[in-house]
Amino acid sequence: MNIFIDKFFANTTRFIAFGILLLVAWIFTVLFEHSLESIKAFGFLFITEDKWAPNLEKFGALPAIYGSVISTFLAMILAVPLAIGVAIFLSEIAHAKLKAPVGVSIELLAAIPSVVYGMWGLFYFVPIIRDIFGGVGISMLSAGIVLSVMILPFMAAITRDAMNTTPDILKESAYALGGTKWDVVKDIIIPYAKAGIIGSFILALGRAIGETMAVTFVMGNVHKISIDLTQPATSIPVTLANEFAEADSALYYSSLFELSLLLLVVSFTIISVAKFYFLRRKRVI
Amino acid sequence: MTHTQKRIIINDIVMALSTLSALIGMGFLFWILSVLIINGIDALSMSIFLNEGAPPGNSDGGLKHALIGQLYLVGYASFFGIPLGVLAGTYLSEYSQKSKVAEIIRDISDIMMSAPSIVIGAFVYAVVVAPFGHFSGWAGTIALSIIMLPIILRTTDDMLQLVPSTLREAAFALGAPKYKVIVQVVYRGAKAGILTGILLGVARVAGETAPLLFTSFNDNFLNTDMSQPMASLTVTMYNYATSPYEDWQKLGWAAAFILSMFILTLNILGRVFLLKKRGKR
Repeated sequence: MNIFIDKFFANTTRFIAFGILLLVAWIFTVLFEHSLESIKAFGFLFITEDKWAPNLEKFGALPAIYGSVISTFLAMILAVPLAIGVAIFLSEIAHAKLKAPVGVSIELLAAIPSVVYGMWGLFYFVPIIRDIFGGVGISMLSAGIVLSVMILPFMAAITRDAMNTTPDILKESAYALGGTKWDVVKDIIIPYAKAGIIGSFILALGRAIGETMAVTFVMGNVHKISIDLTQPATSIPVTLANEFAEADSALYYSSLFELSLLLLVVSFTIISVAKFYFLRRKRVI
Repeated sequence: MTHTQKRIIINDIVMALSTLSALIGMGFLFWILSVLIINGIDALSMSIFLNEGAPPGNSDGGLKHALIGQLYLVGYASFFGIPLGVLAGTYLSEYSQKSKVAEIIRDISDIMMSAPSIVIGAFVYAVVVAPFGHFSGWAGTIALSIIMLPIILRTTDDMLQLVPSTLREAAFALGAPKYKVIVQVVYRGAKAGILTGILLGVARVAGETAPLLFTSFNDNFLNTDMSQPMASLTVTMYNYATSPYEDWQKLGWAAAFILSMFILTLNILGRVFLLKKRGKR
């Protein structure tokens, strides 16, 4: 009896664990199958064509790709220096009594759902952008800034973790030689934790590019490429969030599926680079 | 100026800059938090818990439909996601430790934890919503469980590996079959850790909006039939906040407040469990 239960238990767990691999393969296959019609219809033009006109059955993803790239880029250039600052503050400057509460509250802020960040952006941040730059305020710029605020806690927390892997004895040796805090940061911590720090940024980039709700509120979903950052724009997730439930033709759906596939492949690649090249797995949560 | 003075000045500048950036970062985050709390508390009232959605202009609208819908969606997602995740994590830690396949499953789950959730929504739309021809609570639940699965799998795996192997060996030496060793010894040893993983997994899923937009969709009234479109706090929040009506926006803030407090509580509980465990050692 015990042997039977034993086998059954072992096989159940194995079955479920392998099921995860199948599930991921299934996700890719389904998205690919549903994209076929659009791939056949547009081929490579899908990613180079800048006209997205559902009423004409013309679907070019360039504005969405452009929006994703630019908004993520904006978010990164704003968030990276702040995240480094916060991480240095938490690992070297802050008093021990301050470290724990500030660190924990940053981690907790990373847990607040992104839809809340989006709401804040829409009601409190967009009006400021509108007052400063004119226009409607709903724009690429707002999206980039809201996105940077959204990924900041996550980025700061994992950057700090990467910096904290530096052995104390190395830091203490440097301080004993008369190094200032900045000397320790730039000559000990950053060289030691370089891979981890870069990995954290890339991981945050992977999250930012797939982030939907924080930007959907403030981007406007306008399929037009504009150099002017104060103009409404769109990105891949914003297009999906706005149009998926109301697509009305097979080709329209297929194009949206192709966008999803594109997004999945890109973020899969970015996240794998971060995880496997820079961060050999240490942290789970 | 001597070399030392220069170094000290540079140090002071950099330290001031990073303290400043910490202040800016924290400032933004507390801005959001205070906006959330002020608007949330302002919008809270008993009628929010007692009434269903109402047309705009009607001041006695509530969130009962969304709260109950959210409970159904997250509840069922946990019902599927937790046992599947724990069992799969058990396989990785107890049955295949360092094998190649186990490593691949770990890696894939790691990636899935950060993959865009809206893509999971698109997948579920293709395999559940489209074949059945309409949005449904089940579709939303499936999307949420897919997101939850890798999180619980990875925490369970990690937490089980922390259980000292001497405990397992002792149990084996007493003649216990492997499943009994796992269920009665290993699970017990890793209880706090697994629980933390579960709490964080549920918290993560409870805040998801994107995968629900086109799976469970939305409903402005109370619905407990999982085969029909179902309201959730997050999608309701999105719809109400983007509407031009002030009373709907207010309900949106109330929803944001309730949901964030729920998620923060789960996160804090998870931390407390882990800390307690560490304290015991």
